[in-house]
This record gives sequence, C-alpha cells and structure tokens, in this order.
Amino acid sequence: MKHAQTAENEFHLPRLERQPFEPRALKSIVLSSITVAAAITACIPLFSVLIMLLYRGGKRLSLEVFYQLPPTAFETGGGFGNAIVGTLFMVGIAALISVPFGILAAIFLAELGPDSKVAITARFCAKIMTGLPSILAGVFAYAAVVVVFKTYSAWAGGIALSLLMIPVVLLTAEEAIKMVPRAMKEAAVGIGCTPAQAMVKVILPVALPGIITGVVLAVARAAGETAPLLFTALFSDYWLKAQEPTASLAVLIYNYSGMPFENQIELAWAASLVLVLMVFLLNIISRTLGGRKKI
Amino acid sequence: MKLAKTVRSLVLCSMCSFFAVSAMAATTVVGSGASFPAPIYTTWFKQFSRANKGVQINYQAKGSGAGIRDFIDHTVDFAASDAAMTEKQIAKVPEGVQLLPMTAGEIVLAYNLKGVKDLQLSREAYTGIFLGKIKKWNDPVLVKANPGVTMPDEEITVVSRADSSGTSYVFTQHLAAISPEFAKNPGYGKTVNWPSAIKMVKAPKNDGVTATIKQTPGAIGYIEYGYAKMTKQPMAKLENKAGKFVAPGLEGGQAALANAKLPENMIAWITDPAGDQSYPIATYTWMMFYKKYSDPAKAEILRNMVAYCLDHGQKIADKIGYIPLPANVVEKVRAASANIQ
Amino acid sequence: MAHPTTTLPQEAASLSQPPSKMDIIFNKSFRSLTYAFTWAMVLLLAAIVIKIGIKAIPAIERHGLAFLTTTTWDVNSQHFGILPEIWGTLYSSLLALILGGFFGITIAIFLTQDFLPHRVEVVLKSIIELLAAIPSVVYGLWGIFVLIPLIRPLADFLHTHLGWLPWFSTSLSGPGMFPAALVLSIMILPTIAAISQDAFRAIPHKTKEAAFGMGTTRWEAILKVMLPAASGGIFGALVLGLGRALGETMALAMLVGNSNQISLSVFAPANTLASLLALNFPEAAEYEVSVLMYAACILLLITLLVNIAGTAIIAMTGSGAKK
Repeated sequence: MKHAQTAENEFHLPRLERQPFEPRALKSIVLSSITVAAAITACIPLFSVLIMLLYRGGKRLSLEVFYQLPPTAFETGGGFGNAIVGTLFMVGIAALISVPFGILAAIFLAELGPDSKVAITARFCAKIMTGLPSILAGVFAYAAVVVVFKTYSAWAGGIALSLLMIPVVLLTAEEAIKMVPRAMKEAAVGIGCTPAQAMVKVILPVALPGIITGVVLAVARAAGETAPLLFTALFSDYWLKAQEPTASLAVLIYNYSGMPFENQIELAWAASLVLVLMVFLLNIISRTLGGRKKI
Repeated sequence: MKLAKTVRSLVLCSMCSFFAVSAMAATTVVGSGASFPAPIYTTWFKQFSRANKGVQINYQAKGSGAGIRDFIDHTVDFAASDAAMTEKQIAKVPEGVQLLPMTAGEIVLAYNLKGVKDLQLSREAYTGIFLGKIKKWNDPVLVKANPGVTMPDEEITVVSRADSSGTSYVFTQHLAAISPEFAKNPGYGKTVNWPSAIKMVKAPKNDGVTATIKQTPGAIGYIEYGYAKMTKQPMAKLENKAGKFVAPGLEGGQAALANAKLPENMIAWITDPAGDQSYPIATYTWMMFYKKYSDPAKAEILRNMVAYCLDHGQKIADKIGYIPLPANVVEKVRAASANIQ
Repeated sequence: MAHPTTTLPQEAASLSQPPSKMDIIFNKSFRSLTYAFTWAMVLLLAAIVIKIGIKAIPAIERHGLAFLTTTTWDVNSQHFGILPEIWGTLYSSLLALILGGFFGITIAIFLTQDFLPHRVEVVLKSIIELLAAIPSVVYGLWGIFVLIPLIRPLADFLHTHLGWLPWFSTSLSGPGMFPAALVLSIMILPTIAAISQDAFRAIPHKTKEAAFGMGTTRWEAILKVMLPAASGGIFGALVLGLGRALGETMALAMLVGNSNQISLSVFAPANTLASLLALNFPEAAEYEVSVLMYAACILLLITLLVNIAGTAIIAMTGSGAKK
C-alpha cells in the first residue's frame, strides 16, 4: 500500500538514480555477467596454449639458439639463428610487397571508388583469397617463381607469403579507413585538401591503429605458415643467401617437431616461442612508432 | 610505422649483405624429397660439409612425390624417394637418371594397450586388424598368438597415416603380398582406401600417428622403426614368412635385406622376405641423380657425397634407427655412382 | 561517401591557395596508383585461379560433377569424390565461426566497453594478437595432448545421456570434428577479437556519450548503438576468421581424424578440403595433382559462396548500418 503510494507520488518526477532491480538495469547486469564469464572462458584455452608454449619453449630458450646453426641428430646444443634471419628476411619482403599493395587498394575500395564495379570485384577477390589454403599460395609461387628461375630462393618465399598477407592487409585497411568519421574527411576537404592530401595527411594517420592491427595479424599468420615456404624457400642448414634455399622458423618447427630426437623437439618448441615473441615485438614497436592516441 | 619499416629494412639490408659476403665462397648443392630418411640424410650431409670446406648441402624433406617433381623441374640437384621413380617419370629427364639405394628401414606396429608388454602378432592377426575383421583385443586370433597374456576386452582403434606417404606404400605393399584379400581390396599405394569396417583415425606423419596412438587407449598403428626406437614406443613382434615371431631391429632388418636381389636399375622391393631371422616389413630408400650435370664440379661433389655416405654414413645408420646396407650392396652402389657425371 | 573532385571555390583563394600543379599531379597519380592496385588484386586472384584451373582440367573432364557428390577417395582405382570433405569443411568452419565469432565479439566488447582499465585493455589486446602468431603445429599438439583428454569425459557424458541427438550419436574417437572445431575456433578467435576491437574503438566517443546521455543502460548502448555502428568492421572480422578456418590445414589435419565419412555427430572423425590438399599434394602423382587442383577450385568456390551468403544475410537482416 505504502509502496504504491510512493510510486504514485514520484510519477511526475522520475527518480534519476540507478535502480538496480528495474528490468532494464537487470538485463544490463545479466548481460554484463555473461560477457565477463564468456570472456574469461574464452581466455582459458588461449592462455593454456600460451602457457604450454612458454613452459616447453622456455626450457630451451637461451642466447645460443639465436646465433648457432641447427644441430644434426644426436648433437646437443645448436640453435636456429639462420632460421630467425630467414624468417625476418622473407616476412620483410612479404610485408614490403603486401603493405603498400593492400593499403593502396584499400584506399580505392574505401574512399575513391567504393561502389565502382572494379572495387566490388576486388573486394570479393580479397575475401575469396583469405580462404586460399596456404599450400596453394606455395604451389602458385612455385610455378610462378621457382620453376621460372630454376632455384629455390628467399625471394620466392617472400612472394608466397605476400599472397597470404595481401587480402588480410587489404580488408582490414579498408575497414579502418571506412571507420574514420566522415566529419574528419569533410573537414580535410573543406580546408582545401585534394582527395590524395586528405587521404595521406588526415585519413591514413587516423586509420593507422586499425591498419597496424591488420598488418600485425597478417605478419603473424605469414610468419607461422609452413606450406608456402616448403614449396618456395625450402630449408637450409646454413646462413642466409637470398638466391638459394633459405631457412625459416616455420619450416624448422615443421621439420623438428616431427623428429624423434629430444634436442630437436626442444628446439622446435623454443623456435615457436621465439616466433611468437618476434611478432609480439613487432606489435609493440609498430604501435609505439605508429600508434596515435585514439580519436 | 614508416619509421619502423625503414628501420627494419635497414637492419635486413645490412644483415643480408653481411651474410652474402661471408658465405660467398661455398658451393651449394640442393636436394629434396622423402621425409622417411630425412634425419639420417641431414646428419650425413652436415658431417660431409664439415669434412669438406666450402661445400654446403641443403636437403629438405617435403615428400617423395614433391621431390620427384622438383627433380623433373630441375629445381634441385638431387632428390630422394621412398618409392622409386616410374619409367614414365624417368623418361621426362633428358639427362638420364641414376637411382641409388642409400639406406633402409623397417616399419613397425606400435600399440597402446595397458598391461600388455610384448605383443606378438601372427600374420592372420595383423592382416585381420587392417582388414577390419578383428575388432577387439581379446579376439581368439590375438589370444592364440599371445599365450599366457590376458588380452583386454577393448575395441581396437587403428591409427593410419593421413598424408600420402612412402611408409603407407611399403606397409600396404607388404600386406598385399601376404594377403590376397588385402591385395584385391584395398590394394597398395601411398594412400589406400581402408576398409570401412575398421575403427580408424588418421594422423599426419610419424609424430602425428605416434601421438594419436599414445592418446588413444587400445590403439595400434604403423610407424617407422627409427622413429619408434628413438621415442621408445612399444612395438609388436611380427610373424615372418618362416612362421617365426621377430622383433624389429638391426638383425631382423639386415636379414631381410640379405634376402633381396638388387637388379641393374637398383630398384628392389622386399615385400615378404624369407629366412628365419628376417623381420617381415623392410624397405630400401633411394636418392636420384642426373647422369649428366652441366657443372662437372657439382657432379664431383655429388660423387664424393655418395662415397661419404657409403663409407662413414652406414656406420651411424643403426644408431639413428636405420639399417646399414649389406656390404655387397654398398659395392654395387659405389660402382653405379660413377654414372653421375 | 565524400567524393570531392572539384577544386576550391574562388572566394577561398584569399585565405588559402588553390591546389598547386604538383598537388594536382600528386592527386591524379595517387588516384591511378590506388586504381592500379585494385585491379592488381583482381588480376592476382585471376592468375591464381587460372593457374590452378588449367591443372585441374584433366580431372574436371574425367570426373565432372560426380566429383562433388561421391564419397570415395581411392587412388588405386582412381575413384575420387570429395563430398565428405566439402561437408567437413563447411561443418567445421561454421562451428568454429559460431564459437569463435561469439567469443571473439564478446572479448572485443569486454575489452572496449569500459569493463577494464584502459591499460589492462591494451595489454590484453596485444596478448590476443600475439596468439595469432602461434604456429598451427603448436595448436595441433595442444589439441592432442591437452584438449582431447580434457573433453573426453564431457563427450562420454553427452554420448551416454544425449546419444539420441544426432550430434552426439557416436562416441568420441579421439581426433574428430569436436576437438577440431574447438581448436579452429580458438585459432580464429584472435583475428576476430582484434579486428572487432578496432571497429569498436573507431566509433567516435560522442556516439556513445549521446546514447548514455539519452539515459540508456550500458547494454542498451552496446546493443542498440555500438554494435550496429561497428557492424561493418565486425563483419569484416568474421570474413577473415572464416577465411582462415576454411584454409587452415596443419592443426586440422592433426585433430580432425581425416576420415572420409559424413556424420552429423560432432564426435566422429571427418575430413576437410584444405587438409586433404596439404596431406596428399607432397606425394601426389601427376593425375592426382590434377584431382587435387580440382578440389582446390571447389574450396575457392565454397569461400565465394559462403561470402555471398554472408553478405546476403547481412543485407537482409538490415543490421549492416553503414555510416
């Protein structure tokens, strides 16, 4: 009775403070707890993989692995310095190809002609290419580069990896550019920028964090892929020579994880850890150098 | 971002120029192919290039088929294969092909069965398992072959290779040789269409099969002896042609090789060796060379490499889990290696 | 979309200059450069498809459409059919996309909608991106040694108590669809989470402030304002995740069981197109290569169709609120 009365009294002046048992608020609380629970559930396996990697890879991680050459069966010690250099080199080539390629095409797709026929086709092509199994990237680069030059090389490896990176860079860059608030674009044009100037001086810097995410994800995927390199760069037990077969961490992991020797298996784990740490480092460096405060 | 890229490319450029200079003097020989002998090949090649300054040999295991394709495309200097090249493939190489058996191996049946230590499998038993006729570990056929052992009442899960492989080829070739029924269906090959009656899972490569066996109670699968030996898998003793149960290993393997005649083209299959001591599933593995190289220095390096593998290489074969070639085979291979010019 | 091609009006010239000749040349060449690369994207895929297609011709001629509807893969008798692989590819990718998509977007919401202090958000974001770099072999090993033993009791429970449902009708064989789809969803989760987070972050603050200003609760703001605003980016994230799921090989090959059968049961072994390709290509003889390239064409076609279907669904539900 009293309750009803207060409700009636306050009819004209709704209470503004939070009412946790109101249906809307309840819904919000329930959804929040579901989100927290789901996020934690999802993090468990992710961290479990990471912990397994840290545990098994960390056991063998030492300075030696960074500058020594791979060991043979029954040899103790050894490392994968050449594979680190090879991976850096090939992923570097792939990034030099795919980052400008992806971003330039993304600019056209997002800004200059988003509804033109070629843009719609290119967008679909990029989406299809994300599903390209990595082995096909290898087979294609083998036919296009290795067979033509009659030799396996780091160049061919880089080209094969770029095939995997291009669609990822392109699609994420397109989204990042599209997400730049229209007001900013209009302001840039309004003060007299040509479309190209607006793009280079305003839109790209604002879209940069999103583009970096795409590049990091693309590099992360490319650095861990074995199949394209198996058909283009092969492997080598020696230091990098770009015109010849080249070692890479991914192929080393593939080779060594399947071997029956304790030393090699440990190295494979350490190599996986190093690979992940390298991507982590790239992530941090590119974000400190290129990351601006969010909009 | 731009800066990061510049920094990275600078570092890369300086790195590669450094390595390009430091490694200028070496001659590099490239090979690819079979994964089965990869551990021993890479060991040999590394020791060889340590003994010969200025020579580097790169070998990458990517599969026999891919190795042969590389060889035909002339993207490598030599290739390796578990299943020798066919006539048709050889015809595609205008310089001519010299095949040389370099080492040999066995295939074993590894299993995961609590409480059973020395599993013995009669011919009837293991063909039955791989035909899908024997489905439980306490099947009378298995009980009969293992007197005094209590076989558990468990389902048999067969683990086979998911990837197309020389190991599957040799194993199914053996099964086809001893069981007419197996020869008819599924037959033999790098992959076969296993009878659907088998409760089977497939895993890639030796390590995949081994890991799956380890994680699946009641599992059995075929893997290479070297791999099983190094990782200490329980291996079954198999009944050979003479009706004896033989454990896989050096003696059984060498006895099996001794029973095979090696013809002029160096291709011999040991599908079902005779002899009391012979382990029933053994095979050679080959390297392929061109008969004519445009660079005579390369041909010489390759001949030296073969000689090194025959002399020093065979000594360490057993330690890594391979069977050393019998002495008469070594001589034959040495003579044939003169064809590499 | 802003699309200005004209130069400034004359009156502004007193305050600022009209674009110089260099500016105009730069603008033109920049435009044509982006145009060229857009074409290059199309030509690149065309080149790949042609290269694969030519190799596939002998197999297409010989097997025709029966290739898509039969279930045997027998090299000895030269019978090739990929229906189980098509089924397995779609089944595993969609399962992974549902799981990975749900959890990925949830994580993105969790890390962008002020549940945590900003610093923690940034650290967690970097960790999640780093998980994208873990080689598939590691995921495969984790699946075999950690995940399968862990889900075995759960799978046995589901099979014994809910075995009448087609999804649980067989017992867990060890490797199979369920562990494969789980690992796949974990593998695509970083991609989806990272890109969706960017999509949320890119929404201007005032959008959210406006929503709160109108008195929405946190979730009304998220569901009715933030999600629609970010939907373009989230959809892009799902496309990339799906692409990775469709093309993933090594981890799947280790976990899916590689069996040529079609079963609704998530505990039965299955097979996928990408792992079929990766596992058979290295040892394939000439004709088999042709067959595998045919399978590759089908995989690309599936990617195309799934993408078209996805776009259509987004368009139909009308949630694709483009800004």
